[in-house]
Amino acid sequence: MTASPGREQVSRVLQQHGALMVLAALVIVGSVAFDSFATAGNAASVLVSSSFTAIIAIGMTFVIISGGIDLSVGSLFVFGGVLAAYGSQYGLFVALALPLAACGLVGLLQGLLIARTGMAPFIVTLAGLLGVRGLMLAISNEGATTYLVKDAAFARLGQGGVFGLTWPVFITALLAVAAMVLLQRTAFGQNVYAVGGNEQGAALMGVPVARTKVYVYLMSGLLAGLAGVLNAARLSSGVTILGIGLELDVIAAVVIGGTLLTGGAGGITGTIAGVLLLGVIQSLINQVGNLTSAFQQVVSGLFLALVVVAQRLLGRAQRLG
Amino acid sequence: MAEAVAPPGRRVLAWAQEYGVYAAVGVLLLFNVLFTPHFLDVANFRTQLVQVAPIVIVSLGMALVIGTQGIDLSVGSVMSLAAALVALYLGYGAWPALLVALVGGAVAGTAGGALVAYVGVQPIVATLALLVGVRGLANVLVPQLVEFRNPDLIALGSSSLSGVPVIVVIAAVLTLLMAFLVRRTTFGRQVVAIGGNRAASELSGLPVRRVLLLVYVISGVLAALAGVLATARLQASDPTSLGLFIELSAITAVVVGGTPLSGGRIRVLSTVMGALLMQLLSATLIKHNLPQSWTQIVQAVIILAAVYATRERGTR
Amino acid sequence: MSQSAAPVLEARQISKRFPGVVALDGVSLALLPGEVHALVGENGAGKSTLIKVFTGVHRPDGGELIYNGSPVAFGTPLDAQRAGISTIYQEVNLVPMMSVARNLMLGREPRGRLGVIDTARMYGEAERILAGYGVVTDVRRPLRTLGMGVQQMVALARAVAIDARVVIMDEPTSSLEPREVETLFSVIRKLRDDGIAVVYVSHRLDELYEVCDRVTVLRDGRVAHTGPLAELERLKLIALMLGRDLDEVRTGGLTRFSRDRRGARGRDGAEPAVRAEGLTRRQVLRGVDVSVWPGEVVGLGGLLGAGRSETAKGIVGALRLDAGRVLVAGLPLRTGSTTAAIRAGVSLLPEDRKAEGIIPALSVRENIALAALPSLSRAGVVSDARIDKVVEVFMRRLRIKAASPHQPVQELSGGNQQKVLLARWLAIRPKILLLDEPTRGIDVGAKAEVQALVDELAEEGLGVLLISSDLEELVEGADRILVLREGAVVGELSGDDVTEDKIMASIAERGAESDG
Repeated sequence: MTASPGREQVSRVLQQHGALMVLAALVIVGSVAFDSFATAGNAASVLVSSSFTAIIAIGMTFVIISGGIDLSVGSLFVFGGVLAAYGSQYGLFVALALPLAACGLVGLLQGLLIARTGMAPFIVTLAGLLGVRGLMLAISNEGATTYLVKDAAFARLGQGGVFGLTWPVFITALLAVAAMVLLQRTAFGQNVYAVGGNEQGAALMGVPVARTKVYVYLMSGLLAGLAGVLNAARLSSGVTILGIGLELDVIAAVVIGGTLLTGGAGGITGTIAGVLLLGVIQSLINQVGNLTSAFQQVVSGLFLALVVVAQRLLGRAQRLG
Repeated sequence: MAEAVAPPGRRVLAWAQEYGVYAAVGVLLLFNVLFTPHFLDVANFRTQLVQVAPIVIVSLGMALVIGTQGIDLSVGSVMSLAAALVALYLGYGAWPALLVALVGGAVAGTAGGALVAYVGVQPIVATLALLVGVRGLANVLVPQLVEFRNPDLIALGSSSLSGVPVIVVIAAVLTLLMAFLVRRTTFGRQVVAIGGNRAASELSGLPVRRVLLLVYVISGVLAALAGVLATARLQASDPTSLGLFIELSAITAVVVGGTPLSGGRIRVLSTVMGALLMQLLSATLIKHNLPQSWTQIVQAVIILAAVYATRERGTR
Repeated sequence: MSQSAAPVLEARQISKRFPGVVALDGVSLALLPGEVHALVGENGAGKSTLIKVFTGVHRPDGGELIYNGSPVAFGTPLDAQRAGISTIYQEVNLVPMMSVARNLMLGREPRGRLGVIDTARMYGEAERILAGYGVVTDVRRPLRTLGMGVQQMVALARAVAIDARVVIMDEPTSSLEPREVETLFSVIRKLRDDGIAVVYVSHRLDELYEVCDRVTVLRDGRVAHTGPLAELERLKLIALMLGRDLDEVRTGGLTRFSRDRRGARGRDGAEPAVRAEGLTRRQVLRGVDVSVWPGEVVGLGGLLGAGRSETAKGIVGALRLDAGRVLVAGLPLRTGSTTAAIRAGVSLLPEDRKAEGIIPALSVRENIALAALPSLSRAGVVSDARIDKVVEVFMRRLRIKAASPHQPVQELSGGNQQKVLLARWLAIRPKILLLDEPTRGIDVGAKAEVQALVDELAEEGLGVLLISSDLEELVEGADRILVLREGAVVGELSGDDVTEDKIMASIAERGAESDG
């Protein structure tokens, strides 16, 4: 079983850091090809626009490592934003607490349904996607009302910053570090890997499987809500038409980052690399100029397909090795 | 699992799983006949059926895919690709354009099917990649809404056969064909067997990969056809928004119809009933002046209830 | 071990029923500290249910569990584990993608500053613990990249490290190398000397006599015997497990193969029905040659893991081969394609009936017709009339007991499921049948019927490759036996040489070098 540790290791490194390598390569190619690519301004704009996806992707990484999936994050992102804008008329605290409480509650409910009834995560969160969009429409007069952010402190949270970067970028960085510690260095993180890697085995090893799942969806809901809150602060309004298909972008980023959709393996570094990779591709396509943003989707789709094929082949190599 | 005798609750669930969707459609119809003015108008029926027809067509393919333990998230994007291709090739006439669109659907289905069957990628990821990529491709081909005046295509979308809209006739015929395919053909039985136990099917010499590939091709072609029909009815090609979220409606129809997500069973007529139920439901809510938001919330609850009834200890 | 010591864990009149089955019926068992207690019984005797009651997976319907002198009711496996009852399952129940160290330390990782896991200490500790079990490996590697033996040791080390008072081992040696088995036994003896009670479940009698102090025999959910193992004669133990008279066991004749036909069939055809040459797959098969002539039953002997199932799978193309080829009636077969093999007339009845055989939710009828579908249909449309006919013929011929042909096959007994699978193959009239453990886990009646059928088929000119762990079945059923060891043929027996002794001698011959 240990005949070719070299090959096994190579494939493991590729699996874990492939996205990072491609990201580095793309940045180099972009810098050489376009003068306006490797500028501080462009880097900042990539970071700022990626930060919201990244926050959601962090939560999604936990969900996917645990062997699940969360399709409700796009709806929660919009819902959180609308609630934050609505709540901002009552001050900063309400603007933060209201959406987080609501999105956390949705995540909690989904987690309970998945963990306690054994229903497929895919379906529960699909219902969440529809239901939360319904809720969002219900509180926004069928999407016709766009609440404007009334609280200046709250708006600064999304728009202010230092070094040309807005606060959401720093919040994302903090969250990423916290998530890495949580995943690699706490019992909870170990439980997430164990549940995704072998649920039955984990239960027999004393891992609180149901509780771990509930927490994972709770976290994903909270982070999606938070991303929505920050986005509302950035735009100074609770826009109701965003977030359609966002869950798919996020899942794509996580998978590209090397997290296995079958659960049990993956990490935050890869996810961040995956998010940035999609952001850089977008930026490169913008550099080319005469390409529409639809082209970005084509590239993302192709890339995703490429990554999953590569993962399959690498996975095969690891099992044989 | 541990109970000695099936408790009454279990039997109710089993009944609900088998016939719940028919009962629900019946109840909704009855409610509407009693409380909704003009519900029995022919015009109203026509509208409802025409609206649901594309969803029904897509759901038929989805039911087949779900029967193999798979899922096809790409159907909405394939519809948009079909719309784009029709717009591009309408110059050669309506039928050549239809053909090109169907071939486009088949190619997309082949791509997804090949990833699933030959590379071994999970269906959800393989078709997710297509969902993202194919709609992008459709938008690259036709960046904005294109109106058209081709009489053949317009006729396809709006003419009737002895009072029944052509679109509805097509959906009905395809439903019967699909039921026949599943129940009476070697291919259909093989699909069900593969969904029920893939390893056993392989050892029994079934052409597992070929069957899987074909399942996704059929789903792609059906989605493309739905895309062409929807485009014909709109009298405009709109790749940006055509078929958006239809994968959710199709999955809902299949699941509400009682086909388990764990595969090995395909309920064609119930799937159509599932689509009708959701259509009727939103129509009812709208007729009674309840906003769209309510429809979505109720839909969510129904999906959960349906899956709860058909649930098996699946993981995803 | 002192007989006067109070039991650490005691089952008193435990009962457990599942829909349609009484798994445990008033089972009592007392486990003393510092003993290795063998728990034996045939499939379905209730061993695994009893283990699951001990470990909190199942709650008993009746009776009580006494642990350290007081009644307990474990709600979850975690409760049992926390109380000090650990289990090593047949399939290693760890997390394959996590590292060795993380698996070993899961749930009790050493904490450093701020309460986060101290990885350096975790790796160090894991290395130290494993060294105590004679395992030296990079503990950062994913568990799945290591051999089964190492994985098993990790599981055992994990169980012991969490202060277990009772360790339950379910078939722990089924995937171990002989050397690893020795290490395991020395660890078990150490546990016993430390006053830990060990429950040892195994089918391998040699191992039981080597390492166990007492034995409890379960049969049909009841205790058939309990007492010191050394005083129990081997044949008596087998008789207790099988629930047969001792005389019957002594004289043989447990199988229903006709004993007079051996040698009656010759190799009249010049070409064998199937000839496999040099089947090779890394770490599994090392150049296996097998030929089966029409009308011949060839047995594959050897221990678990010797490559018997893999040989069969390699022949039908269900296992990817690195080298080797298969000829059917002299014509080479496309490798790696079960479809091609089946079309050429080679069919495999797989060992794992549930996972690779039946399509559980489909009916008996559809399961039987599955492989024959193309020939039972016209232009892709199936003919109900033809299917009904075929199904009726085989249900009658094989005496398949089902409420109707439309009953889901998952509701049938194991024996009837096996007959359904045989019918699936017979419906396509194969030239060669590869039978992998065709009578395992099915009731005695069905077993006899299946054995008689094998005879009958061979009589009709079918070539049969028979794999069985039941030596008696092999000896009485096969005309010729190939003995496999570590993926290679190490002996061929035919004629009067086909005896249990000769098979065991052949297995032992090459095994002598790795100590006995």
